[in-house]
Amino acid sequence: MKRELPLFLTAVIGLFMILSFFVPHQWVSVPADFLQVSAIIVVAFGYVLGGANVLRVNIDAIYKRIPGWPFKLVLIVGLVATLTIGAIEGPGFLNPGTRSKWIYNQLYSPMQATMFALLAFFIASAAFRAFRIRTVEAGLLAVAALLVMLGRVPVGNVVTQWLTGSLHGVIPEGLWNAIQIGSIQDWIMNVPQNAAKRAILIGAAFGVMATGLRVILGIERSYLSGED
Amino acid sequence: MPNAAKGVRERLAGLALRMGTLDRRWIFLVMGLLVLYPLLFPLALPLQITPPVRGFADAMDQLKPGSTVLMSCDYDPGAIPELVPMTRTAFRQLLSQDCKVVVTVLWNGGPGLVDSVLREVAREFPDKHYGVDYVNLGYKAGNEAVMVLMGQGVANAFPRDYRGNNTRGLPMMREVGDYSTFALLVSVSAGYPGTKEWVQQVQARFHLPMVAGVTAVSAPEYYPYLQSGQLRGLLGGMAGAAEYEKARGESGTATRGMDAQSLGHIFVALCILGGNFVQWGRRRRGA
Repeated sequence: MKRELPLFLTAVIGLFMILSFFVPHQWVSVPADFLQVSAIIVVAFGYVLGGANVLRVNIDAIYKRIPGWPFKLVLIVGLVATLTIGAIEGPGFLNPGTRSKWIYNQLYSPMQATMFALLAFFIASAAFRAFRIRTVEAGLLAVAALLVMLGRVPVGNVVTQWLTGSLHGVIPEGLWNAIQIGSIQDWIMNVPQNAAKRAILIGAAFGVMATGLRVILGIERSYLSGED
Repeated sequence: MPNAAKGVRERLAGLALRMGTLDRRWIFLVMGLLVLYPLLFPLALPLQITPPVRGFADAMDQLKPGSTVLMSCDYDPGAIPELVPMTRTAFRQLLSQDCKVVVTVLWNGGPGLVDSVLREVAREFPDKHYGVDYVNLGYKAGNEAVMVLMGQGVANAFPRDYRGNNTRGLPMMREVGDYSTFALLVSVSAGYPGTKEWVQQVQARFHLPMVAGVTAVSAPEYYPYLQSGQLRGLLGGMAGAAEYEKARGESGTATRGMDAQSLGHIFVALCILGGNFVQWGRRRRGA
């Protein structure tokens, strides 16, 4: 029963939600709306559960003094301080002038922006140390990457216009435009990239449908206590 | 002559091997300088408006005064350089065209940032008032479920706005029902949940005209939707934001950032070529 009931509920609710997509009648749409709201509430409780889990795991690690425990202490202090200040300030805790807003603007926002800004440095370093052209496929990838990277920024067009400037007026206008790096970049994005992306999207959609059906029909049970 | 060519190749291979021992901190330093220099001394490289950006600007231009527009800003501070400029320009255009704007956020790290941007732009329009001309409904957990629920009524999904007001009590929201109220959906997103989910859950289901602004790294993902017409326009990363600024006759942070991005891209391209030059040198010397 412990296993059959969740499987039964999953199958019934899954099929009902599929039905609600096609049947707008209120006998279907009203319970479907209720289930949607319930899902949102469950997601919100997920945050509470996640927060409690972070506290449990990290407090345990600090207590046992495992390597790197001071970082976990910073995490706990940050979590508790932010949560407490937000709770004290109540509704409107992110309005201008509040302490929560100060934490958001002066700590959270710069730290997250910094993490992403570091990518520019690591991408350059990785490009130098790891982007090796060892096969034809890797060569094609490198050429496409260089063309798109330079074609996406204004300097790419400036360079190709300078390089092909002497041909302007000599060869047909359409051909001259086509050999500009911006046009080549557009073609790569619109034709080969788009075709590959569309194929991946269709494949992924079939995968999602198959997984959904497996869950609804009770074939896929990994969500039940880690059972396969 | 063949000996001379061989000598040149050997010298190049030696140079490649020396390059291979380069401390990566030099790469960091050069990248830092290349980003910093154009921010201090702009190069003013010319921008060209590409068709996806033209489509975005045209869809916005075609909105009639008084139209209600749904703007979903699904990002957090990591996407500030790319997505804040497009949010700012789009919101400014909507207010200047006398459109009513409903803003939502589906990323829990984004509401504070989005609110700051809205307040900053709204200050440029003293005759536009919160709750009358625009409203920020803030964050709601639930991802796709929130999108679907909004189809039954926006106020159902967001009973209170970001500032804690009763949503149904706001003058503007009295006329906002479900998705049929909106003339356009503007999705500015950095990933999941974002533009893809808005297309799949809302555009495809409720046939709401839609445009999107996304990060450069995720832009290729949306080209199929652009080609199918489900997206009427697309701003991809800082380049898209800068082109949109140009289309609007503005010169904002994206336009200024494009010079830095140009030099950064050139440097990464040189790093790829340099890295493979090192590999060639190692192969030649059997290292």
